[in-house]
Amino acid sequence: MAAEKNLLLEFLLRQGDNALILGHRVSEWCGHAPVLEEDIALANTALDLIGQTQMWLGYAAEVQGEGKTADDLAFLRDAWDFRNVLLTELPNGDFGQTLMRQFLFDAFQSVYLARLLGSSDETVAAIAAKASKEVAYHVERSADTVVGLGDGTEESHARMQAALDYLWPYVGEMFESDAVDTAMAESGVAPDPATLREEYDALVTRVLTDATLTIPESRFAHKGGRTGQSHTEHLGHLLTTMQWLQRAYPGNTW
Amino acid sequence: MTQPSIEQVWEWLGAIPDPEIPVITLVDLGIIRDVAFHGETCVVSVTPTYSGCPATSMINVDIETCLRDHGLNKIELKQQLSPAWTTDWMSDKARAALEEYGIAPPQAKGTPARCPRCGGDHIEKLSQFGSTPCKAQWRCKDCLEPFEYFKCI
Repeated sequence: MAAEKNLLLEFLLRQGDNALILGHRVSEWCGHAPVLEEDIALANTALDLIGQTQMWLGYAAEVQGEGKTADDLAFLRDAWDFRNVLLTELPNGDFGQTLMRQFLFDAFQSVYLARLLGSSDETVAAIAAKASKEVAYHVERSADTVVGLGDGTEESHARMQAALDYLWPYVGEMFESDAVDTAMAESGVAPDPATLREEYDALVTRVLTDATLTIPESRFAHKGGRTGQSHTEHLGHLLTTMQWLQRAYPGNTW
Repeated sequence: MTQPSIEQVWEWLGAIPDPEIPVITLVDLGIIRDVAFHGETCVVSVTPTYSGCPATSMINVDIETCLRDHGLNKIELKQQLSPAWTTDWMSDKARAALEEYGIAPPQAKGTPARCPRCGGDHIEKLSQFGSTPCKAQWRCKDCLEPFEYFKCI
């Protein structure tokens, strides 16, 4: 039973950390986006992701059973404890790169959360039901923007292609599966992400073709984030900002 | 005091305005899912509109303050995630109040029916996101004014 609990915890941390780290990254745009509407849209997306984090990490803390909270998990762990995929921790780059990263992640979320609706774990299904409504808006907007910029000017097209070339090697990690995924699939909690690649590729190919962009041929995948084995150097820097207050004043409360 | 009836509690809650859109109440919005007494404790189940909506904590404070003002002192607020909130639960009264206030009410087809200012139906979407998580930004091509649309989820 203990092993099962640890596997569920690991699964929940992966969901929560993806939402937390991407949510923080997107929030870095607040007040800096090219136009007001985009600023508001980015801030709203970040807000949804942080809200989803509270649900995932809140449940993770409950499953862990050590009296911790979602905040403890977000602010009192260090880089090696995080289980987000590398894609979510990559720097924002320009606006186009941020939206390309968002689209590649939103597309995964829209496919994955749809399956979690039928999870054998009631809380997982409830969180997925809540989050998937929000993600439907995220993917609609990020896909529209990727098409607008990809099929835009020579300059915007070149930037979007560069963003796709840079980010594509980070897509494969979302579909990596290990013992945690096998256990989740066997107990009906979550599907093995490897089985969702075809559906994802169909969605992404459709949008990127509309955007007149070329998907790189290589399937090489950077990995190590969702297992916690090796994050990029960017995560540590992100955490020093995100966790600054707890690091400077340990245990301080609002 | 004697324990108030469930109907009485609903009536009290029905007077609490939404902190962001004060022309509609929390009950109209459909986010209060249940009221029950467990012994002497009044248990109110609330479901969030959007998972990260910053008004959520304000809403909880408002509910607690309202019930305390009516003499209840054992109060428990429960967050209920499932079933997830949908704009289908919004009352007709609330939809009319929104439109009157200048916010186009949610529509099943996913786009506003008309401009809440001039009633014109030549409208276009500016952004899927607005000043609060629950709203999108639209513009009327008849009166040329921007307006907010309460998103359908």
